[in-house]
Amino acid sequence: MTAIGAPWDDLRAIAGAEHLRAAGADDSVAGVQPQMILEPSSEKELAAALRCANDAGLSVLPRGGGTKAAWGNPPVRADLILSTARLNRVIEHAWADLTVSVEAGCTIEKLQNVLAENGQHIALDPLWPERATVGGVLSTNDSGTLRIRYGALRDLIIGVTIALPDGTLASSGGKVVKNVAGYDLPKLAIGALGTLGVITRANFRLHPLPRSVRSLTFAARGLDDANRMVLAVQDSRLAHTGLQARFTAGGTPAVDVRFEGTDAGLAAQEEALRKLAASAIETVTGETVWQARQELWYSADSAAIVKFSVLPASVAKTCDRIGHLADSLGVRWSAVVQGTGLGWLRVEASSAPAIHQVLHTLRPELEQLGGSLVVLQRPAAMPAIDAWGRSGGAFPVMLSVKRQFDPRGVLNPGRFIGGI
Amino acid sequence: MLNEGLAQRYGEEEGRQEFRSSGVQEYRIQNLANAECPANGERLTFSRWGATLLTEGSRSPESSGSNQNLVDARILQEFRAITGDRGLITSQEELQTYECDGLTNFRVLPQAVLLPRSTEQVQAIVRVCHRERVPFVARGSGTGLSGGALPVKDGVVISLARMNRILEVDLANAQVVVEPGVFNLEVTERVASHGFFYAPDPSSQSVCSIGGNVAENSGGAHCLKYGFTTTHVLGLEVVLPDGSLVQLGGRTLDPPGYDLTGVFVGSEGTLGIATKIILRIVKRPECVQTLLAAFASTSEAGAAVSGIIAAGMLPAAIEMMDNLAIQAAEAAVHANYPACGGLLLVELDGPRAEVEALMQQVDEICRRCGAEEVRLAQTEAERAVVWKGRKAAFAAVGRISPNFIVQDGVIPRTALPRIMTEIEQLSTQAGIRVANVFHAGDGNLHPLVLYDRRIEGQEHSAEVLANRILELCIEAGGSITGEHGVGEEKKMMMSKMYAEPDLETMQRVRCAFDPEQLSNPTKVFPRTRLCGEKPGEYRPHPVEAAGIAERF
Repeated sequence: MTAIGAPWDDLRAIAGAEHLRAAGADDSVAGVQPQMILEPSSEKELAAALRCANDAGLSVLPRGGGTKAAWGNPPVRADLILSTARLNRVIEHAWADLTVSVEAGCTIEKLQNVLAENGQHIALDPLWPERATVGGVLSTNDSGTLRIRYGALRDLIIGVTIALPDGTLASSGGKVVKNVAGYDLPKLAIGALGTLGVITRANFRLHPLPRSVRSLTFAARGLDDANRMVLAVQDSRLAHTGLQARFTAGGTPAVDVRFEGTDAGLAAQEEALRKLAASAIETVTGETVWQARQELWYSADSAAIVKFSVLPASVAKTCDRIGHLADSLGVRWSAVVQGTGLGWLRVEASSAPAIHQVLHTLRPELEQLGGSLVVLQRPAAMPAIDAWGRSGGAFPVMLSVKRQFDPRGVLNPGRFIGGI
Repeated sequence: MLNEGLAQRYGEEEGRQEFRSSGVQEYRIQNLANAECPANGERLTFSRWGATLLTEGSRSPESSGSNQNLVDARILQEFRAITGDRGLITSQEELQTYECDGLTNFRVLPQAVLLPRSTEQVQAIVRVCHRERVPFVARGSGTGLSGGALPVKDGVVISLARMNRILEVDLANAQVVVEPGVFNLEVTERVASHGFFYAPDPSSQSVCSIGGNVAENSGGAHCLKYGFTTTHVLGLEVVLPDGSLVQLGGRTLDPPGYDLTGVFVGSEGTLGIATKIILRIVKRPECVQTLLAAFASTSEAGAAVSGIIAAGMLPAAIEMMDNLAIQAAEAAVHANYPACGGLLLVELDGPRAEVEALMQQVDEICRRCGAEEVRLAQTEAERAVVWKGRKAAFAAVGRISPNFIVQDGVIPRTALPRIMTEIEQLSTQAGIRVANVFHAGDGNLHPLVLYDRRIEGQEHSAEVLANRILELCIEAGGSITGEHGVGEEKKMMMSKMYAEPDLETMQRVRCAFDPEQLSNPTKVFPRTRLCGEKPGEYRPHPVEAAGIAERF
């Protein structure tokens, strides 16, 4: 298909004809087929293209590495994918200031490799770092196991530039870690799924790479025991940089703890942890246990994967409930839950409606307790389920923010919470 | 109307004209001395950095004139019915307590001060304000240093001082729920016996309120490692400027939707009033050690900081003081600091074995960088003495100078030696002393510009110097404020730090929360954007494009 006429010709004029192409089946977004893909080479081009699309009323789907393209609800319209693939430079690594400025299309792996040359990293371990981009990770607020020590993206980002549908390129924050001048717009961009603007660059605070790393795994006697152990570690004076529990239907829960630091410090902490874990059986594993979250996606076409958030002290109760629900409906499940109370759950069955039933029942129960359940991946055969759940009392303000930033509703229409 | 006539009136060099699509016209006057009384149909607003003249048609809530009696007897009666007699202040004398915050050179008397005791009362007050279009300013303890709680003339102040209960302590999930009037240090005191603390620790922590901390996104010496207020706020109950009540965020992480909690924290009271705050508390580390190192100069101390960062350490705090600041601290609290040109205070915390191993290295780095004396404070009492001098530094300067300006700028840490030299030169040129206190780990400078108001022209010179230091920070790629906020004081500097599209974009958030601009209006932004204006891509005014004028 060759799109001709306005606005496509205008988009060609902005980014060069060779950078506008027809979208293929691989480019579908949550099952919806977009028409075209544009790959601008600069943030100015990107902003101009966005404005052009906005003026023409084209719906725009921002895309980084496409690893999480299916997250969120299916778009209600899908005209143009705006790809950041060519915005992939590490702009400045001010290593002595422990900061970096990077374009949105740069992959996490490439960025971390550059930072590692000076012994630093962004203290973040998101999914699929070899393909996931800075912009995509920010837009989906994907944080991993390091969060318990170093915080989430919201704690690591120090500045952002976004392109708005009217062509404005707006920066906020800056290149210094400490800065309270003006509103904290980086936080607004994080987790917004590209519905307010397209992130074109971001600045982060960095941390030194750890001198040494050591991980220990313990087998818990059951859900409660695992939860107790996690809480005990949290309540201790250990300085762990990873703490997660892994659960599988019918299996023994495992608790993983990671330490970073000097050899002397590690030895002392290991000893303290073993005392704390007392009767639990230590099993030999390696650093690969921290891949457990990503492994939930392994051959997951017929599975649903959700992110849930509960209070840390409610993890056992939650998993117990998941287990009962799943068992009663003949659904297999496994979960990886961080010490922060954030968990990722995989549910799998030959009957897609049964999977739906589990999620549909579980979500309001978690919401009732102040938690949430967000559907990240669903099997094609599963009945429709909203990705986000209850939108809450602050929704009118969210809608109001959306209207201020994207009054024509061209960015990722329908994909975010409450139909935003 | 604004025209060449005005430019003549105020002088070509001083004024800059701005035209807006809505027909509102603004005329900016840099030199306050040149600002004459406005003519009919014009309004003049002042800030430390200049004055703005607005033509008729623009609504400026701090303007005087037709709105003088915005808060009339009927409204006061309604307020009284909400808060009771003892929750409403209207006498001139008592109102004076509220005419400024910690930044005392701006003073405005509000129409009334309200002291609600509950969320419902705050809501009821704000509903009345919204209905009557009365601007309001929320106030915590009034310790802010940027004039964020400065009243607006036609408006009311809503003090949250009586909402000071700790509502819930949830140790298992490391959370505390508080009302906004609770003092920062009270949170730590409540949970200390269980081995927890509340990490953000502004120097005023014994009296500043959590509500104020939320508004300003307060930092403190330990935010290098532990983060700022925003890192520790999980959720908020907020009365929006139309009086409706919303929950932002919550007790669990990553609630679906936009991170409005993150936007609200640090919005300086311009998006609504927080009436309940869910805080994260942190487990106290096993071991804390504080090292004091004396250097001949701040540049040598700065080199030691670089060495510590380069060695891959993340201390809990790195503070620096120059000679003048040391003298002041000594005079005030006798912290027994060594007399030297640059004093470094490095605190490490964590598991004991880790701290001991790393402190050894910090010691070596300091000595290698020329430290004349190194002391290690290990006990709680020793540490308290070391910190006492640092935390008292601002107030202590009062011992060596009758008046002073506390400045708050941020630079990339590596620019420290260069900026220090430039500040020294500026100080010499102006004949004004500057004492320096830094959060050296994150490049947050607190130059204390010392002057004597009684000496003709010195206050002005001090303000110019303080202003110039901020410009140095911006030029170095830093920020005009690291923790004190923009408030009233620095709103004109915002246009130097951010481009117009950046500010316009922030204003969109403002308009989403507060389209009538009633909540702490006239703060943070150099000018009010009327929310009816259609947001559009910023295009430079022809005059500006031609290079004749620049944006503030």
